[in-house]
Amino acid sequence: MSSKVQMATKSLGTYQFGFSYPEISVQKAPRGLSADIVKAISQWKHEPGWMTEKRLQAYAVFKQKQMPPWGADLSQIDFDNIYYYLKPIEHQARSWNDVPDSMKKTFDRLGIPEAEKKFLAGVGAQYDSEVIYHSLIESLTKKGVIFTDMDTALREYPEIVKQYFGTLIPASDNKFAALNSATWSGGSFVYVPKGVHVDLPLQAYFRINAKNMGQFERTLIIAEEGSYVNYVEGCTAPVYASDSLHAAVVEIFVKKGARVRYTTIQNWSKDVYNLVTKRARVDEEGTMEWIDGNLGSRVTMKYPSVYLMGRKAHGEVLSIAFAGAGQYQDAGGKAIHNAPETSSIITSKSICKDGGRTSYRGLVHMAPAAKGSKSNVKCDALILDSASRSDTYPTMKIRAKDVTLGHEATVSKVGEEQLFYLMSRGLDEPTATGLIVSGFIEPIVKELPLEYAVELNKLIQLEMEGSVG
Amino acid sequence: MSPLVIDSLHVSVDDKEILKGLSLTVPTGEVHAIMGPNGSGKSTLAVTLMGHPKYRVTSGTAMFDDQDILKLSPDARSKLGLFLSFQYPQEVAGVSLGNFLRTALNVRRKEPMAVPEFYTLIQQKAEQMGMDEDFITRGINENFSGGEKKRAEILQMMILEPRMCILDETDSGLDIDALKIVADGVNSLRSPDRGFLVITHYQRLLNYIKPDVVHVLIDGKIVRTGGAEVAMELEVSGYETIPT
Repeated sequence: MSSKVQMATKSLGTYQFGFSYPEISVQKAPRGLSADIVKAISQWKHEPGWMTEKRLQAYAVFKQKQMPPWGADLSQIDFDNIYYYLKPIEHQARSWNDVPDSMKKTFDRLGIPEAEKKFLAGVGAQYDSEVIYHSLIESLTKKGVIFTDMDTALREYPEIVKQYFGTLIPASDNKFAALNSATWSGGSFVYVPKGVHVDLPLQAYFRINAKNMGQFERTLIIAEEGSYVNYVEGCTAPVYASDSLHAAVVEIFVKKGARVRYTTIQNWSKDVYNLVTKRARVDEEGTMEWIDGNLGSRVTMKYPSVYLMGRKAHGEVLSIAFAGAGQYQDAGGKAIHNAPETSSIITSKSICKDGGRTSYRGLVHMAPAAKGSKSNVKCDALILDSASRSDTYPTMKIRAKDVTLGHEATVSKVGEEQLFYLMSRGLDEPTATGLIVSGFIEPIVKELPLEYAVELNKLIQLEMEGSVG
Repeated sequence: MSPLVIDSLHVSVDDKEILKGLSLTVPTGEVHAIMGPNGSGKSTLAVTLMGHPKYRVTSGTAMFDDQDILKLSPDARSKLGLFLSFQYPQEVAGVSLGNFLRTALNVRRKEPMAVPEFYTLIQQKAEQMGMDEDFITRGINENFSGGEKKRAEILQMMILEPRMCILDETDSGLDIDALKIVADGVNSLRSPDRGFLVITHYQRLLNYIKPDVVHVLIDGKIVRTGGAEVAMELEVSGYETIPT
């Protein structure tokens, strides 16, 4: 065991949301993956033949694909030691009262019912591999908005799923996209009809609860012409000493003049490999905004992408990453400009402490068709001690004329003078450092729904208190 | 009430000795001024009393409220009742002055002050300091002018109500109107339970904040102690004439 891993294990003791309740399962695939298991998953879910076929093809791709050659060390992921499917209860719960008590306790601690009461339009909470609780405000249904889990969507809206599924992120994209395509379970499906604005954020929580349970949720969002939706997800996970794998795929279609905002706050426990492929296709005058906060996990590799395919399409990626002891957050964004007068903004803020490592990895690609496009990349890193590290890996590929590009990177350290100033007013060191950090990420936090902003600030504060003093 | 008692204080920064056996006592209820030329150690005294980690006390003691404050962290000194109005207040982007001050106030209270009550208080004090309400929601000192920062320091002092106030060159960078407002703010806090240590290069501030005692600091030591008349003498004849 390397010293980094030992540090990660040690720090788990302080993980605040690391509660878990006994596993309840009806169906559980054996550890490891094979064509038979892939087939079995599809059969358990009563899927149509084309999906079974897609899964098997993806499994073949997964076997062939190499691990990504960049970023974090993934060699400790043991694909043979992971459960790829676990169905927690036989049927999807209809109301909160039907949810089993142990699951309810977990959700209570995450505050889901309260959150729902406040201003949320709908809740789809994923417990292990399937969505067990789901509600949606009537008015949205009347407008033709579909917000459900992917398994239900495949049963009830097979034609829409078939039209879009895997077209933006094919299994061949990368090894983990292939793994997800072969083993996916759960995730959200959102369809917003032409011209419909969903004013309240759609919200979903995800958790990994079975030991060594990989979570391979699949999310598909389709925003038709001129529509608007803000999808919000927050993740926390319980503590386990052995490694967990989270390999999600998110595909988003932003049609002409539509706008989609996708907000994620992830706080995986510090043994999770969080390897997510997120991509949005944006048509003419459409807008895609990714807001991505990564606090937990042992390793995160995630670069939400915007493919700007129509004139004046606009994409934004805002990300915050926090890396403590034994953590490596490799995050960033990609903007592919493939039409004239498109624009993108990538803003990345990262914080590292106690030997944690963050890096910004980004790509701006201006294809020949991207005449008159512009892109602006800004990455700021805050390093809290000399044991921690931050790097920047920006890539720019320019094949078009008449384009504007900006790139700005800063690295700063929490200053002794700032700390002294705040402490001289009675704040202890962790509180003072926490304030400086929350000030640093404030430009991104203010874009979050209020509850998430509060939660994120609280999590940062807990991280600060975890090891100082 | 216990005074601030500094005895034979020696302080070094980067292995250079700045304070060389400084002794003085500030009883609560009194205003003491420290005057001295540039480089005499005035600011070193101020930040050392507050516990700046870069300033190393090599010998001597500083007691407040019968406690050896040199053993305490800056936050513990603050909670004990010490306050430093900085010569160069730090900027902290993204953290509002209001939010920060409410946190700072609540760490010294048994029950946290309710948000509406706090905002009523801070608005009232900001008005007294001639500050726009806007400053409360802006980042701490973020893009404040030099004068605005100094007013914000006194505003913080009014909210936190310390028992021993150290003012480090609070007059520098202030025009005459701002100087009066700052001085009025300080004077409004004068009380039998509170002591002041006012550090300044110029006599000007002392026209508005009348000191009970004036100390002259040269080369790391107090070389003269007297009444308000000492400041007047310095104004007329400068530091060179002070016998050392």
